[in-house]
Amino acid sequence: MDQHQPHIVSNTKLIGIWLALLVLTALTVAITRVELGGYKVVGALTVACAKAGLVIAVFMHMKYEGVLLRWLLFLTLVTLAIFIGFTFFDVLYR
Amino acid sequence: MSGHEHRDDYGAKLGMWLFLFTELLLFGGLFLLYAVYLKRYPHEFASGGKQLNWVLGSINTVILLTSSLAAAMAVTSIQRGEARRTVALLGGTILCAGGFMVIKYVEWSAKFGHGIYPGSEHLKAGPPGESVFFSLYFLSTGIHGLHVVIGAILLGWIALKVRGGELNAGNNILLENGALYWHLVDLIWIFIFPLYYLIL
Amino acid sequence: MSDMQPTAPSFWNDTGKTGLTSWIFSTDHKRIGLLYFYTTISFFLVGVVLGLLLRIELMAPGRTIMGAQTYNALFTVHGVVMIFLFIIPGIPGAFGNMVMPIQVGARDVSFPRLNLLSWWLYIIGAVIILVSLFSGGGAPDTGWTFYVPFSSRTGTNVSLAVFGVFIVGFSSILTGVNFVTTIHRLRAEGMTWSRIPLFTWSLYATAWVQILATPILAITLVLVMAERVLGTGLFDPTRGGDPVMYQHLFWIYSHPAVYIMILPAMGIVSDIIPVFSRKPIFGYKMIAFSSLAIAAAGSLVWGHHMFTSGMSDTAVVVFSFLTFIVAIPSAIKVFNWISTLYKGSISLEAPMLFALSFILLFSIGGLSGLILGAAATDVHVHDTHFVVGHFHYVMFGGTGFAIFAAMHYWLPKFYGRRYKEKPAIVAWALMFTGFNILYFTMQVLGMKGMPRRYYDYLPEFGPLNLVATIGSWILAAGLILMLVNLFRGLFRGEPFDGNPWGGATLEWSVATPPPTENFEGEPVVTHGPYDFSGVKK
Ligand code: HEM
Ligand SMILES: [Cu+2]
Repeated sequence: MDQHQPHIVSNTKLIGIWLALLVLTALTVAITRVELGGYKVVGALTVACAKAGLVIAVFMHMKYEGVLLRWLLFLTLVTLAIFIGFTFFDVLYR
Repeated sequence: MSGHEHRDDYGAKLGMWLFLFTELLLFGGLFLLYAVYLKRYPHEFASGGKQLNWVLGSINTVILLTSSLAAAMAVTSIQRGEARRTVALLGGTILCAGGFMVIKYVEWSAKFGHGIYPGSEHLKAGPPGESVFFSLYFLSTGIHGLHVVIGAILLGWIALKVRGGELNAGNNILLENGALYWHLVDLIWIFIFPLYYLIL
Repeated sequence: MSDMQPTAPSFWNDTGKTGLTSWIFSTDHKRIGLLYFYTTISFFLVGVVLGLLLRIELMAPGRTIMGAQTYNALFTVHGVVMIFLFIIPGIPGAFGNMVMPIQVGARDVSFPRLNLLSWWLYIIGAVIILVSLFSGGGAPDTGWTFYVPFSSRTGTNVSLAVFGVFIVGFSSILTGVNFVTTIHRLRAEGMTWSRIPLFTWSLYATAWVQILATPILAITLVLVMAERVLGTGLFDPTRGGDPVMYQHLFWIYSHPAVYIMILPAMGIVSDIIPVFSRKPIFGYKMIAFSSLAIAAAGSLVWGHHMFTSGMSDTAVVVFSFLTFIVAIPSAIKVFNWISTLYKGSISLEAPMLFALSFILLFSIGGLSGLILGAAATDVHVHDTHFVVGHFHYVMFGGTGFAIFAAMHYWLPKFYGRRYKEKPAIVAWALMFTGFNILYFTMQVLGMKGMPRRYYDYLPEFGPLNLVATIGSWILAAGLILMLVNLFRGLFRGEPFDGNPWGGATLEWSVATPPPTENFEGEPVVTHGPYDFSGVKK
């Protein structure tokens, strides 16, 4: 966790991730053009999460950081999920 | 003053991430409202979303992803000691930011031209959910756009420091943190894009 | 102020810089802490004067000294000043900055310049809030909660006040970021996680709440401004908005914010009790852990402020249930403090008296909180003076008294001079008595049905209101005595050296007052924070 050796991510890898992100973008656009009803939301959000995961892991170097930052990010996301989720105890049952 | 110069790059990065968490939660509040009102007004949200130009939205997505790539490559090149290339890549990022803002401007002015803006008569006359949708749209993209501008200025300032040699292979945490900020701007857009332009 | 300082080199003078600009642009955590201390305590005094005015108005039924609109403005300003300008920045900004870096064995915080920026943002925000009182439509009259729809319609200067609070929020975020990073990165050799003093532990938990909750306040305030300035209508029912969503967003921040207020206060008490009992703290791990548990559980319960808002019944039940869970870690702390006292050799000096009254007053406040947390009983006392009594018990009796304890415990260390013990104890007795007369009576009034936020009331509430107002004067008298005695001591009192209370945490091991760099060389920590063997008074 402690000392941090700068990890150099190669340009090829970065470009690979960028291409993957472009493909995923095309994918979201495609799946939301067909009629899927409520699944659209699920589908589009799943793809968005995948894209976010790639950006965080590689562009933002999270993959190469120690566990501490990962845990803290996890904590933050859980907190946000709770804030949104618990509001639905009201919204869903009103 | 302090005679011992003691640099803690990891600490600086930790601090930056903590700051990014606050940004995530800031936008989180808007996403919370989005979720609640989507649940309440699915049809109005659908018709509102259809009025947004998904082609322009997609182009902007590609632009931002590309800008993020350039920022990430800038980090790689400064670590390798390639200062000129770093500056060029940061310039690319800033250029993308400019393109993004131009397209945003085109989109917004088209909406304004149709009488769609927060508090407009057109929205007041329409169904309630539609006014909510567009208010959220303008707030989210507006605050996001503000972050794009701030990020571009930040990266410009950093690029100057790289050019001046102040930031280099051995001392580049400022650039890394600036790039992190930029990626955050990208991350937020990755969610705004499908939620407003596509889902519906 | 510096000319009255001891001549031994210390952070007051050892850099050779003593002018005003050397303070307001200083990046030394001790100086920034003192800046925070003097500014927050000044706003506290402003708030107290406003509170006393409110009490005078309520002394007798009908109009006493002011009309409805003035009263509305005054309780709003009283609340805003006390919450955002005094109690939230109070402990982390002042004592956190002064003490925490020394407690972990560091020279300064991780980002000294951000620390200075944090103070400046606080000042800028405060000035904006002050300007909002005298410009535009005049002082806001919404209550410190800025509830829509009223806050989006009232003609008073809500937009500017809200903007000021928004800026102050950034200051709080920067403190949080700084403290988490400092505690992770700058601990001295040997300062393991299980040797961190409990005050620092509590600041760590607090800092996380500052980081994760304050942004929600920021966006909420932006939305209020947008509502007023742009007409976004997100909370306007006629345009499809939902005012209850404002309350959700507001309390998602503001309930955790009460832990920003109380957690560091608990930390102060956890540091003081063992020192004045000459015994290691009972249950160190549980106290440290319960700070984190309170911070975590505290993020789940915001709905208990909304039982009567028209929120769904399901949400009422869920939030009511969760609220009771927070009582568990709070009670853990109280039991551990009591167990620390047991068979200790207790000395009742001023810091200890304030710390002990914290336990009592906080417990009264916390227990009355359970009445409010249970949906069935809350419905009866919601928006009455019972609530006002409750939160003064927790915030003033709790955090306020903890700040007084900290002032008597730590400030002499930073000045190198002592205050007189006797007047401090008389002041404490006056404040404690006045406090209970004031707020216990207010709770009784609330039980009898007197609503909050009205300048007038039914005649039958007259006698008790008079009692409460008299209590507020006793409290104020004690407060004046305390401050006069304390500051006279700090500036003119008897100089001292070393470790007056016999504390075992690192701040007592450095010179008095501490030098700018805190330590000579790198400190190495070899024992726990409450290991008093070998510590001489
Ligand atoms: C001598 C000290 C104080 C006095 C006499 C006092 C008096 C009062 C009174 C009478 C009210 C109720 C007004 C009403 O609802 O009709 C009030 C409200 C309030 N007080 Fe105090 N108070 C004092 C200190 C404090 C402190 C130390 C804090 C916080 C740290 C505080 C925070 C508040 C808040 C948040 C409100 C609610 C304002 C609102 O309704 O929007 N007060 N105070
Ligand atoms: Cu609460």
